[in-house]
Amino acid sequence: MTEQEKILDVKDLKTYFYVDDEEIPAVDGVDFSINKGETLGIVGESGCGKSITSLSVMQLVPNPPGKIVGGEINFKGENLLQKTEDELRKIRGNEISMIFQEPMTSLNPVYTVGEQIAEAIRIHQKKGRKEAFKQAVKMLELVGIPSPEERAKQEPHQLSGGMRQRVVIAMALACNPELLIADEPTTALDVTIQAQILDLLKELQKEFNSAIMFITHDLGVVADTCDKVVVMYAGKVVEHTDVDSLFESPKHPYTRGLLNSIPRIDEDQEELEAIDGNVPSPTNRPKGCAFAPRCPFAQEICHEKTPDLEEVDQVKARCWIYTDQWQGENPIEEGGEVANVGS
Amino acid sequence: MFVFIIRRMLQMIPVVLGVILVVFLIMQMVPGDPAVLLAGESATKEQVAQLREQLGLNQPLYMQYFEYVKNVATGDLGTSVRSGRPVAEEIFTRLPVTVELAFWSIIVTTVLGLLAGIISATKQYSISDISIMIVALLGVSLPNFWLGLMLILGFAVNFQIFPVSGWGSFMHVVLPAITLGTAGAAIVARMTRSSMLEVISQDYIRTAKAKGVKQTYIVYKHALKNALIPVITVVGLQFGALLGGTVLTESVFAINGLGRLIIDAIRMRDLPVVQGSILVVSILFVIVNMFVDIAYRLLNKRVDLN
Repeated sequence: MTEQEKILDVKDLKTYFYVDDEEIPAVDGVDFSINKGETLGIVGESGCGKSITSLSVMQLVPNPPGKIVGGEINFKGENLLQKTEDELRKIRGNEISMIFQEPMTSLNPVYTVGEQIAEAIRIHQKKGRKEAFKQAVKMLELVGIPSPEERAKQEPHQLSGGMRQRVVIAMALACNPELLIADEPTTALDVTIQAQILDLLKELQKEFNSAIMFITHDLGVVADTCDKVVVMYAGKVVEHTDVDSLFESPKHPYTRGLLNSIPRIDEDQEELEAIDGNVPSPTNRPKGCAFAPRCPFAQEICHEKTPDLEEVDQVKARCWIYTDQWQGENPIEEGGEVANVGS
Repeated sequence: MFVFIIRRMLQMIPVVLGVILVVFLIMQMVPGDPAVLLAGESATKEQVAQLREQLGLNQPLYMQYFEYVKNVATGDLGTSVRSGRPVAEEIFTRLPVTVELAFWSIIVTTVLGLLAGIISATKQYSISDISIMIVALLGVSLPNFWLGLMLILGFAVNFQIFPVSGWGSFMHVVLPAITLGTAGAAIVARMTRSSMLEVISQDYIRTAKAKGVKQTYIVYKHALKNALIPVITVVGLQFGALLGGTVLTESVFAINGLGRLIIDAIRMRDLPVVQGSILVVSILFVIVNMFVDIAYRLLNKRVDLN
């Protein structure tokens, strides 16, 4: 990672929620980094803390009840957690921007989409109303909206879901950000539109050379778009790997479980394999490794102490299997290739 | 939009005809024979019959109604029993005073209500939020004639900042406008607060933050325009309550407006004046409602009133 420039380096990020005097560690010591022009996927089940991680980077976690209680978010070498609100505002929408999950509700219903895109341009590039609007029309054209000049004068309710998500993308890219955070940008869309939006993002990434932090629970999307992957479970990173290793030799039992639960085209499966049990509630996480109660290989130590994120074959995994404390054989290694997903 | 306004104005015609009918029927139901009242206690039966003939009171009801509509359309609202002057003249000399009072009251209602509501919503559960909501609760609960008397006692008698009563200068407007506008302001404040709180938690507010928009712009541009939609409706409805309130407020402050004209006319059983005044007030309310619809449409283009 030395030859490439790190654009974002998150260290030991802790975002806790405080509800009814109870402390809920939604994000509990997360480390990852993204290089320039790279796409990092963050995957995990609902409630694993991936969205809160992305909101923490933008510092948009609703406060109260949420609060970033520890760690560092280094963007281009500067810790965002030490910046003032004014300084952050100059970064938001300009150097780091975000695409949200819900295209139907992410746009303000009472302003035209052109105005909403132009707003970011006006704020960050200090351009006049007319000039900013012209640029907004160009952005709409870039994201593949037909007759962009007319569309720019329309309000969100006059556009379909796919079009609205294109508008949200145009808005996020309007100021040519160095880092784009995409929080499940295709989840609310149907499959054909989903493929179009993913292609669009890849194209635009080439054009703008932005780094992308891609939050998803869809491993097919990961295979299609990401260079590196962070797998999260119960507020912690359990595996930090590259996309090839993820599918060829997953290290953590949870990652393995996720991959096994994908339907495969080359096998005759009666039933999909599922990971037994549920994600533990953040208020009542088990002692030791949070995945231990659902893990088929769990040993005594797993239920007692939380393992650290340690280097295993050039990737990182948080599992006792890869330590000296593990008793017996490594149960994962014999598996070989686990899944064959995506293109 | 132009077509919409024209259409909306045409829609007012049947509403106004309906209003005239209701006012006309209510007056028919008032006990007592207008002819007897008019002729006086000493009049003979023949005189009363003659008067009845003259006023068209022995014609069938629907004929009387058509006659009345025809007269209203030509601006003839009848003649005041008390003063002998045309009712239209009586009303239109008083109307500007009441319209001015209503105008300033609605300013108090909207400006005070919106500001208080926005502060409350943006600082939810703070001391200012709690105090604003307590004052708002008081504002809704206090009868406006009592509030008027207390304001006179405080700011006209004890502190002598404003005149006790009467009409003419801007200083005369302040206390009556506050008296009349307070209840509305309290309702608007509560409505604005809940509406703003709902809007602030919407996804598009988060989008605006993610774009780097300043907090003040988020509140006054992105949130307020959305939050205003239900508030506009409340302000429109408040205007109706406010017109009713002028009757009491004008009495308390001895203002010679339409409200006082109605009170005096009722006391003197001057039915043509009562009928005419109610009609004018109702039409005023219909017109205000039209403006509310237009404002609604301007704010929220998703509303298709056509």
